[in-house]
Amino acid sequence: MSGTFVGMPAFPEAAREAVRDATLRGNLRHATHTIRAKRAKAVAEVPDWDRLREAGRRIKDHTLRHLDRYLEQLEASVTAAGGTVHWAADADEANRIVADLVKATGESEVVKVKSMATQETGLNEALEAEGIRAYETDLAELIVQLGRDRPSHILVPAIHRNRGEIRDIFRREMGAWGRPAPDGLTDTPAELAEAARLHLREKFLRAKVGISGANFMVAETGTLVVVESEGNGRMCLTLPETLISVVGIEKIVPTWRDLEVFLQTLPRSSTAERMNPYTSTWTGTTDGDGPRAFHLVLLDNGRTDTLADEVGRQALRCIRCSACLNVCPVYERAGGHAYGSVYPGPIGAILSPQLRGTGSEIDASLPYASSLCGACYEVCPVAIDIPEVLVHLRERVVEGGQVTSRGDKVVLKPAKGHAAERAAMRAARWAFSRPGALRTGQRLASRTRRLHPRTLPGPGRAWSGTRDLPEVPAEPFRDWWLRTNGGKDGAK
Amino acid sequence: MRVALFLTCVNDTLYPDTGRAVVKLLTRLGVEVDFPTAQTCCGQAHYNTGYRHEAEPLARHFSDVFGGYDAIVTPSGSCGAMVRELYPRMGERARAEGRGDSLAATLAPVVPRTYELTEFLVDVLGVTDVGAYYPHRVTYHPTCHGLRSLGLGDPPLRLLRAGGWPALAELPAADDCCGFGGTFALKNADVSAAMGADKVRNAVSTGAEVLCAADNSCLMHIGGTMARLRTGMRPVHIAEILASTKEDSAV
Repeated sequence: MSGTFVGMPAFPEAAREAVRDATLRGNLRHATHTIRAKRAKAVAEVPDWDRLREAGRRIKDHTLRHLDRYLEQLEASVTAAGGTVHWAADADEANRIVADLVKATGESEVVKVKSMATQETGLNEALEAEGIRAYETDLAELIVQLGRDRPSHILVPAIHRNRGEIRDIFRREMGAWGRPAPDGLTDTPAELAEAARLHLREKFLRAKVGISGANFMVAETGTLVVVESEGNGRMCLTLPETLISVVGIEKIVPTWRDLEVFLQTLPRSSTAERMNPYTSTWTGTTDGDGPRAFHLVLLDNGRTDTLADEVGRQALRCIRCSACLNVCPVYERAGGHAYGSVYPGPIGAILSPQLRGTGSEIDASLPYASSLCGACYEVCPVAIDIPEVLVHLRERVVEGGQVTSRGDKVVLKPAKGHAAERAAMRAARWAFSRPGALRTGQRLASRTRRLHPRTLPGPGRAWSGTRDLPEVPAEPFRDWWLRTNGGKDGAK
Repeated sequence: MRVALFLTCVNDTLYPDTGRAVVKLLTRLGVEVDFPTAQTCCGQAHYNTGYRHEAEPLARHFSDVFGGYDAIVTPSGSCGAMVRELYPRMGERARAEGRGDSLAATLAPVVPRTYELTEFLVDVLGVTDVGAYYPHRVTYHPTCHGLRSLGLGDPPLRLLRAGGWPALAELPAADDCCGFGGTFALKNADVSAAMGADKVRNAVSTGAEVLCAADNSCLMHIGGTMARLRTGMRPVHIAEILASTKEDSAV
């Protein structure tokens, strides 16, 4: 399995493999159900949860509405505090900026805080091509990196692995990356964590350059915030001489005061903790304390285009808590890899086709990777109506229409492969607009019911492969109604 | 009160017993119910698959057919949610597309008057004991659109418990989606089937003979899975259970 998602098959095909993998199903089921229950408990403790959720939604909407203003304010604040701000329109530009900054330090290795933005841009691979080695220091990211794997969850990227698999990866791979796993390593959580701690410690102490993302950027002060559980982030943010943070432009909040909402809703929604163990904040640079050089790379990469869409823009409120993944019945069965993106699950299904467009097979299939059950919307701490956006993106796939791409208005053609469905939908609309036509169809189905096959050929196998077909009744309801005068004539 | 039955296209065509049960139940409760025969389909499948513009004429047709009634009762949580939650959204989208208020104005009258059956019984008629008798062990699956879009809550359970027949068996992981999801069942058949199999496994674990729900579309998927897995368990619409009496009992 390679480290990137390029050339992924469409979601249904990728999911089919996952559904058949009993170990994966077991791992995912156990992990998602455990965290699901914990989250529900942590949220139920907060009497004003609904108001916090509404406040979070409003803060994000307000900030996105005035994003231009807050970005400029942030740039001024960061610069005034001794940092340098860089603007990256897309992934390539962000990677280029970071690679050049690292090279300018003369270093050939960096330590990384867990960051979705740099996964989105494929930074590690880009740095490797420039001869720079990036070490992931988050435990789960380390497991993914050592296993030459891909992340399958936003918060717990190695959720698809169990303890035995992790022990095997540590034993096999750690030596090639640095300090090998201790002899006789078992699969107990404490021993696995200790092995990772020893392996990472030498990297923290040696690294001259740290790379991070950020959960929040405070416009008024130019402060960045990283919320984490393991303390590896704190190490990477404080020990190196140079710190480079790559952050999506939607991560801004106007003031410190706004953090009070998210620092309550984020940990409870993601790890089900009342408070996360480490919250690191930094504002530019300070003499004699922490990194001496700080660079902020502001990443667009499709966000401005997404912001232009009235329905889809709510996806930019996301604070990457991953509660929607943990409650999603589709994610639980399909696993994260099937989504073909660093953003899996329901939020990924609405974010990837917007950030990347619906041009590829996988991106055009993601809006359909949902039964629209609504569990994701229910738990979202910033009230993103994910089902609404999914349906909106389905419309974009089948109807095409106007979208914004790299700042320009373009008209999309309907996606290929939906011709039969479109014809069926039109035919159904025609029949349903004419009660007489519907009745004729129903009668025909009833009269020929003894001739109906038990299983369907062709695309119908998608239903009858695993489910019996319903039996067509001898007469539709409307015929009974007319025949018996609404049942008043006593006939059954 | 002029009450119309919006049976839904699926029930009309495939599940007439559910329609007869609603008529029988409401008549027993003293409600005269009409079935306007010009009714067809609310457009949910079109809308949810991305064909909003194809759904618009169906929504207008729905409004033409049902606009004159005081209450529109439907034995389907998802079709009820289509009217109540998504018709207003269709109106908003048409407005955002520069097509004015015509669609929103046409659909506005039917939105607040559309009720899912159990909601109509408990919230509008104010009854929980409908005089039903159904001597089979039952478990109840709250369907997603009823649960989350309409916010049905416990009315269906209160109706079932009021019967006093053999205990209602609690369904483990009841709130989990069964995996039907309309065209999702075809487009992502493998995941849909895996979700269905888990739902059926939970249902069988209750020891109940019957799994009931307020939506036959979900029951078509769950029931089809039950039959294929030869569980011996049956899906029954909640209307048929509530309509059943000692003198005239449903299977």
